[in-house]
Amino acid sequence: MTAIIAMIRKDLILYLNDKRALMLNLLMPIVLAAFFGSLFGGSGSGNNSKIEIGLVQQDSSVIGRKVGDSLKADANLSVKEMSLQEAQDKVRAGKLMVAVVIPAGFGDAAGQSLFQSGSKPELPVYYDPSQSTVLAMVKGLLTQHVMQGVTGEVMGGSATGAKFTDDSLKKLEASPASEDKEALVGLLGSLKKFQEREAAKPAKESSGGGLSVPFTTKDEALSSGPKYNGYAHAFAGMGVQFILFMGIDVGIGILLARRMGIWNRLLAAPITMSQVLLSRALSGAMIAAGLMVAIFFAAMLMFKVEVTNVVGFALVVVAFALMTASFGLLIAAFGKTPEAARGLAVFATLILVMLGGAWVPTFVFPTWMQQLTVVVPTRWAVDGLDAMTWRGLGIDVALQTAGVQLAFAVVFGALAIWRFRAQAR
Amino acid sequence: MLSVSGLSKSYGERRAVDGVSFQVQRGQTVGLLGPNGAGKSTTVSMICGLIKPDAGSVTLDGETVTQGASAAKQRLGLVPQDLALYEELPAIENLKLFGALYGLKGAALNKRAEEVLALVGLSDRAKDKPSTFSGGMKRRLNIAAALLHDPQLLILDEPTVGVDPQSRNAIFDTLEALKAQGRSLIYTSHYMEEVERLADHIVIIDHGKVLADAPPAELYRRLPTQAALQVELADTDILPAELLVASLAGLPGVAGVRRDGVSLDISLHGASHAAPVLRWLDEQGHTLAHFATARTKLEDIFLSLTGRTLRD
Repeated sequence: MTAIIAMIRKDLILYLNDKRALMLNLLMPIVLAAFFGSLFGGSGSGNNSKIEIGLVQQDSSVIGRKVGDSLKADANLSVKEMSLQEAQDKVRAGKLMVAVVIPAGFGDAAGQSLFQSGSKPELPVYYDPSQSTVLAMVKGLLTQHVMQGVTGEVMGGSATGAKFTDDSLKKLEASPASEDKEALVGLLGSLKKFQEREAAKPAKESSGGGLSVPFTTKDEALSSGPKYNGYAHAFAGMGVQFILFMGIDVGIGILLARRMGIWNRLLAAPITMSQVLLSRALSGAMIAAGLMVAIFFAAMLMFKVEVTNVVGFALVVVAFALMTASFGLLIAAFGKTPEAARGLAVFATLILVMLGGAWVPTFVFPTWMQQLTVVVPTRWAVDGLDAMTWRGLGIDVALQTAGVQLAFAVVFGALAIWRFRAQAR
Repeated sequence: MLSVSGLSKSYGERRAVDGVSFQVQRGQTVGLLGPNGAGKSTTVSMICGLIKPDAGSVTLDGETVTQGASAAKQRLGLVPQDLALYEELPAIENLKLFGALYGLKGAALNKRAEEVLALVGLSDRAKDKPSTFSGGMKRRLNIAAALLHDPQLLILDEPTVGVDPQSRNAIFDTLEALKAQGRSLIYTSHYMEEVERLADHIVIIDHGKVLADAPPAELYRRLPTQAALQVELADTDILPAELLVASLAGLPGVAGVRRDGVSLDISLHGASHAAPVLRWLDEQGHTLAHFATARTKLEDIFLSLTGRTLRD
């Protein structure tokens, strides 16, 4: 026991004396997590991001202006009016995701088209090809605003609406007789009566008329934990990534000790190889756990990340720390030289953290990949940390994610010891 | 004290050590001599329980040394060929670590660490990191790290590799002090002069086999020649060179003659034969530009046993 404690103490002194490595392992994840966290929605305390669009208002008709004003009033959009040339330039340069043009005559043409077949007026929409998702969202909102604007004017009591109805009736009467014609004349006649009644009302009593979206949504974010905080996931991901990098150093340290003869000096003492490996794993795990706690402490102080289940969080962190340490042993066991092992280990780590959802949450992965990544230990680490922070899940989830990580730790450790023993023969 | 018996070790087809046996008595310094790749380090690794022999055994005071937590290791100290130190860990912390591996702790460990630092002359650098030390100081600390647990047998695997002459002398002073304390040493080297200076007993090893195992005096006695005479002639006109060499070889006490231009290397059965040889050259009318006598060296012993030099 004295020997194991002495070897752990040595590793801790060496690590804490290396200020550069300490800063790198601590500062880098905090800086990167702060960046990624802001991309993932930050701490959720501010307003939702609005979609910035450009509006080229060429139509001065009542309907055209109404559509433009309605777009500007939409809480989901940040609309800036500009010239056609400016809109095209900005979209082309990637400075604007979408620009909508309301061309001259659009309002009148749209009003006429409401009850008539034939060609419809076009509404040009320019978009950045890398923002096709945003295009779909803007088109959806545009449909709502145009329908409300056109039908509100056509079906309301305004002179414009009455004119559209009269024009449409005249055109219908001039057309050949048919069952549809009769029904449509009836509909427009009823509309005309409605418009006349609306026009006779004082302005404040008018219903406004027109079609509107027949529902509203009641949005409610569901999680067992506190309010969603994008930083919580980002700190989990970056913490896992950089602590795994530290785990690589655990392995490289062993390879360097072998190269320098320190390994032989250790094994010349009356201790077993398993004791040497155990001490290295324990010191590595202590450093890993300490780093993760420090990283989340910074997240709590700076970005209001909440740890909702302290015991569960501790379980997940300890399991991840042990998994990291045994990952380091595995690198040492199968690495031939420190240089070659480092290159390969960094590559493997990047793959692990990428598939583990450390960079972007796994729910954005394709389904098949989400299913595949359950065999990736980092996935369980990130999921466990998410569960114990913003998701606010219970100890059962902590036990599950920690248990899987411990299983990986046992497998990695057993493989490493088997390999070391084989080499000693 | 230490008994090495029939040690063998192969790596694939290559037989690194082939039936090596020798003994080390209490207080004795054994020089394990051989060229690079002779099997010295593999033998040392098996003695220290670092690798498992394919055959044979190592016992220390009757107790077998094995891999792992063998109790016999408590009485062994290894100074590896490499500088087996943590460069960024202060010297005193390095020593405390290696002492703790042998069960030392607390005040006893601190006291012992200070003692060995004093022994190797590094007391004033206790808190400094080895990365700030000179090569010689690192070598001395490397030795100190093997002394914490006061081992009965200290095994030094080429401890002076890459060390300047001044530091080498400092290391030898330390080793002679240890020897004077009655400690047993195994000293591996391919430097003849180091082994000659320290060893009471020499084991010569090559191609994994023991070629000789005896005290230095006995090894010298086994040689056909005991002394050498180097002569540089001012002229070679009086006799043809071949005739001169043949005549010298026929003189009493002369074992062999090699000629290189005007220089002659004459091997003698004893130093007493040098004067008659010089007198004969004078009688033959040769003028000597320079002459010197020397004792036969371990290098010659190795040459006579293997037909090659230690540095081949």
